[in-house]
Amino acid sequence: LTLCWFFYLAIGHHIPIYTQCLILVISNKESAAQQKGLLIFGVVLSVLLQETFRFAYYKLLKKANEGLLTLSQEETMPISIRQLAYVSGLGFGFMSGAFSVVNILADSAGPGTVGIHGDSQHYFLSSAFMTMAIILLHMFWGVVFFDACEKQRWWAVGAVVISHLLVSCLTFQNPEYVASLVPTYVILFLMGVWAFYSAGGSLKNLKLCLTCKDKDLLLANHRPR
Amino acid sequence: MNASDSDEDIYNERSALVRSESPALPSYIPDSDLTPPNGTPTKRLKVSFRSESLQCFVPTRPAALTPSEEEELTLKYGAKHVIMLFIPVTLCMVVVVATIKSVSFYTEKTDQQLIYTPFTENTSSVGRRLLNSVLNTIIMISVIVVMTIFLVVLYKYRCYKFIHGWLILSSLMLLFWFSFMYLGEVFKTYNLAMDYPTVGVIIWNFGAVGMICIHWKGPLQLQQAYLILISALMALVFIKYLPEWSAWVILGAISVYDLVAVLSPKGPLRMLVETAQERNEPIFPALIYSCECVHCSRSAPINNGSAACLMFVIVSSDQNRLFRLRTGSSGCFVGLCLTLLLLAIFKKALPALPISITFGLVFYFSTDFLVQPFMDNLAAHQFYI
Repeated sequence: LTLCWFFYLAIGHHIPIYTQCLILVISNKESAAQQKGLLIFGVVLSVLLQETFRFAYYKLLKKANEGLLTLSQEETMPISIRQLAYVSGLGFGFMSGAFSVVNILADSAGPGTVGIHGDSQHYFLSSAFMTMAIILLHMFWGVVFFDACEKQRWWAVGAVVISHLLVSCLTFQNPEYVASLVPTYVILFLMGVWAFYSAGGSLKNLKLCLTCKDKDLLLANHRPR
Repeated sequence: MNASDSDEDIYNERSALVRSESPALPSYIPDSDLTPPNGTPTKRLKVSFRSESLQCFVPTRPAALTPSEEEELTLKYGAKHVIMLFIPVTLCMVVVVATIKSVSFYTEKTDQQLIYTPFTENTSSVGRRLLNSVLNTIIMISVIVVMTIFLVVLYKYRCYKFIHGWLILSSLMLLFWFSFMYLGEVFKTYNLAMDYPTVGVIIWNFGAVGMICIHWKGPLQLQQAYLILISALMALVFIKYLPEWSAWVILGAISVYDLVAVLSPKGPLRMLVETAQERNEPIFPALIYSCECVHCSRSAPINNGSAACLMFVIVSSDQNRLFRLRTGSSGCFVGLCLTLLLLAIFKKALPALPISITFGLVFYFSTDFLVQPFMDNLAAHQFYI
């Protein structure tokens, strides 16, 4: 069932990307600088669209809860809103990562001419790290976002949007990978900690889990759900 | 499940059709006896194509359930089977994509065309090409409709022998001839030398086991595997011999036809299902992809036509042939998921094929024209959104 949700929630990420492309295809090729400017504008717009759709997704999921309850053949709600947030974020992250990296992966099966025209030789490596960061970030953003919507904490929602924008804008500094990757990972770490706390984790929980003393996690005490 | 619980029963034609709940295959009989007249520039392959493999979700009506409970069960089965479709569709796509990437035979342009798409697409003007593809589609769809109605009529008048023979012949051709061709091309691609006796043994075993699994009894997973392989083979042949634009228009038309055949009260598929329900038989054993109905307390094999797999596979493989981003395939998944969502909203049986096809088509074409330049630009500058 989780797999089903996962795919199901990956739909949402397609939509902002497609609307984004519609806008951009209207503009014609003119000077390179103008093109780059337009691309930057496109990226910013795309980020905002994604976050809008994340919110729309939240609303949709709340509404469809009842119908999905029927579909899942169980008595109680099998999936909590937190798990839903996680899966939604994962879906978004997966799609975003796929869109970012699949073309690069396809090219990587080609001739080994990376950096032959003076571009950076670390293209593939940095792309890989960046994609991983983006996927994890989407997951954390999903968790924080849904939690913030549940508790009506709009500043947290704004913080998520701003951090997304920040990460995307950091990538404008590529190919200076140090300048873009390091801050991204810092943000990733911070968002991870935030998501952990908003999902109900705490240092005590963590310690119990790591030392295998957490009764909830021990298989022997596993309650049938 | 096809456990051997029917050994003591008489195995006549009717019980053969009734017992074997195994998936049979869409028939695809190239008539290799048809020789073209000398001197014609294009050859034609005569193919008899049976296309009843339309997809819908229709469980049998159990007795003594309240309407709302019934509705709920319908919903659950529908959802369950959409989910279960993910795996065979994925596997089918994987097989076809892998083949297309490696074996060049299936992407080589050829002048040969199916006899049901006689109009060529090698014309100079766009308008002419469009016209030809529409005409091809009309011919193909009318063939499909005629065959479907013919099948329903046969079933209604209990001509089980005929149907059985037809199925056997078509699956025979598919299992032996097409897999032989496929194997030959794979060997050519990898430059493997192989002698005829070995190939004969391989093909014989493959085909014989397939025939038994499909028309008689066999482990469920083996049946499913054969169905997936056969769908992949069919998709490959279509990719080779169906001209591009015709393929797209046919896809669209088939989804419309599926809607009509399932939802309208006079639709052939609906009549087939209702006749089977009246006679209290498992719904027509041909073309059923038997999912593991573990929770099926009543026999409710859901019609998951193998052409569903076929169409998904064609969409994804076409767009892979053109080396695009694999959004066509994810478009199909999106379509499947959207069907699930719509099931939740509308709470009734829905034909899953049209929605998925529509989404696949929409995503494919929009990717082609819109997304690709944007994505290329982003990747070139390494911008992430």
